[in-house]
Amino acid sequence: MANLTLKDLQKSYGKTEVLHGINLEVKDGEFVVFVGPSGCGKSTTLRLIAGLEDASGGDIEIGGRVVNNLEPRDRDIAMVFQNYAIYPHMSVKKNIAFGLRTSKLSKPEKEARIQDVAAILDMVDLLERKPNQLSGGQRQRVAIGRAMVRDPAVFLFDEPLSNLDAQLRTQMRLEIKKLHQRVGNTIVFVTHDQVEAMTMADRIVIMKGGHIQQVGPPEQVYRTPANIFVAQFIGAPSMNIWDGEIKGGRVMLGDVALPLSLAHVKAGTPLKIGVRPDDLQLGSADPILHGTVSLREPLGPETLLYLSSDLGAVIVRAPGKNPPEVGDRIALGALAENIHLFDATSGEALV
Amino acid sequence: MAATEIRPTTDGLLNATKTPIKRSYGQYIRWLLLFIGGLAMVMPIAWMISTSLKWPHEVYNLKFIPDEPTIENYTYVLEDGRFYGWFLNSIVIAVVTTISNLLFDSLVGYTLCKFKFPGRYIIFIAILSTLMIPTEMLVIPWYIMSQSFGWLDSYWGIMFPGLMTAFGTFLMKQFFETVPDDFLEAARIDGLNELQIWWTVAMPLVKPALAALAIFVFLGNWTAFIWPLIVTNSPEMYTVPVGLSGFGDEADVAWELIMTGAAISTIPTLIVFMVFQRFIIRGVVMAGLKG
Repeated sequence: MANLTLKDLQKSYGKTEVLHGINLEVKDGEFVVFVGPSGCGKSTTLRLIAGLEDASGGDIEIGGRVVNNLEPRDRDIAMVFQNYAIYPHMSVKKNIAFGLRTSKLSKPEKEARIQDVAAILDMVDLLERKPNQLSGGQRQRVAIGRAMVRDPAVFLFDEPLSNLDAQLRTQMRLEIKKLHQRVGNTIVFVTHDQVEAMTMADRIVIMKGGHIQQVGPPEQVYRTPANIFVAQFIGAPSMNIWDGEIKGGRVMLGDVALPLSLAHVKAGTPLKIGVRPDDLQLGSADPILHGTVSLREPLGPETLLYLSSDLGAVIVRAPGKNPPEVGDRIALGALAENIHLFDATSGEALV
Repeated sequence: MAATEIRPTTDGLLNATKTPIKRSYGQYIRWLLLFIGGLAMVMPIAWMISTSLKWPHEVYNLKFIPDEPTIENYTYVLEDGRFYGWFLNSIVIAVVTTISNLLFDSLVGYTLCKFKFPGRYIIFIAILSTLMIPTEMLVIPWYIMSQSFGWLDSYWGIMFPGLMTAFGTFLMKQFFETVPDDFLEAARIDGLNELQIWWTVAMPLVKPALAALAIFVFLGNWTAFIWPLIVTNSPEMYTVPVGLSGFGDEADVAWELIMTGAAISTIPTLIVFMVFQRFIIRGVVMAGLKG
């Protein structure tokens, strides 16, 4: 059953159209992450779902009913904001209880719910504190608690981790994922960080310029990106992309014929050829290109090599121990299954 | 390394004791300016208190300490029944206008700041432009207005021009700009209506501004003179400044009594200041810690 459905959702500000018809079905209990560069429309989509802004066209359905004309409070949603938006003049407990103000629960029921949430979020000792006595991570947990206490059909998270430092972000990422496994509500999570998207999502929605580029599980968008944008946006460091072409039914990367056949593509069609830094094999016996190491970035378990080649810049992931030296010329190979082909004009993947 | 080498030399010690005492001339000049400024502020108040302790014949004797200090003036003013009436009038008027300003200035400021609607910029400019018109110019229209509504010589007549101020609206609008929209949106999702959001979420976040506005409005109305003088006729409706100015007779102004009344009437303003100043300081602390 779909818990949240977006049908041809559009949004314009005056004459500027920022969402050009978004279609998406989110299943009950699914963790969906919207990811994309800033200005791609991901936050706008979230705000439309929340009811903080009105859609210019299309429908939003939550739990089977169209909510376009409902106030945020009637949509059965809860939202966690980037800067937490916990009220500085209220104690933690009051902040959490704030989410229940309009609920019809009795007082003891409300109290029980607050205690439950505090226990789940490990905040029982903090209930009487004021927000300015809390750390960033604790504040974020209060914000999540305020959303949880309402037990909504859909949780909306608007870049909730981007104000935290790197270590805390990793920790909260795990906590939110655990929380999802435990409470099982549908979550729509917006972020610009592809690592967050990959690690947390059941399905990732990649957006750019007000269009959905691809929807799929993390593994799928990583392994079979729908276009060059997705290929480069997902995965760090980004996928290497070079110019290629088709000659005599063979895919040519420079002078090398790749072990791929593309029968349905016309000869002479300009191509883009992509290989992830992880999929390039050092010292391959059957290389597809050669390059000279110009820079090394040791990361401990691995080393990133920045190479210059006839085809342009190349990034390769090398082992952490005994990586090639700067100035070394190395041969790089790739398995056919790891080579991605894209139409040079449209950017779409050619399969 | 020999131990003697790391010992400070005698020269070094002398320098070390000299340096902290050395101050630039700029520092002395700054202190002097501060002192003059402080003196200029305190002088009128000190003079007021000094005069209130003098007998009538000593008032024009420009001695700071009276030859024969007396509290007779205080006894007179406090035993003269009129003063209590004026004091009560001033309290009622200043308190009501302060509450009214806190509510309505912030409501309008909030609306102009947080809602997008056609014409809001024009409304804001129109409100601001009233700041450019001096009170003296408005007194006659106000009077005609009061007359036609039958408000002359009443509380309502004294208060109505000050129940809302352009300055207060402007101040509150600017302060609401510092309240992140996320707070309001979170409250909207939590199910509050717009009036509840203003009252329970936005207002507590601008407490420092409200405290500042309360002090301004209270002091402004407590010391207001021209308009209350014009709109009131009967001595029972006078406010403290208007009433005090009438001490004495045609031939002579009783400065010692005026100063006594003025000295007594500073007490409420001090209380208001002390009460609300705490909010200002606490507000600043709160804002400083908010990450």
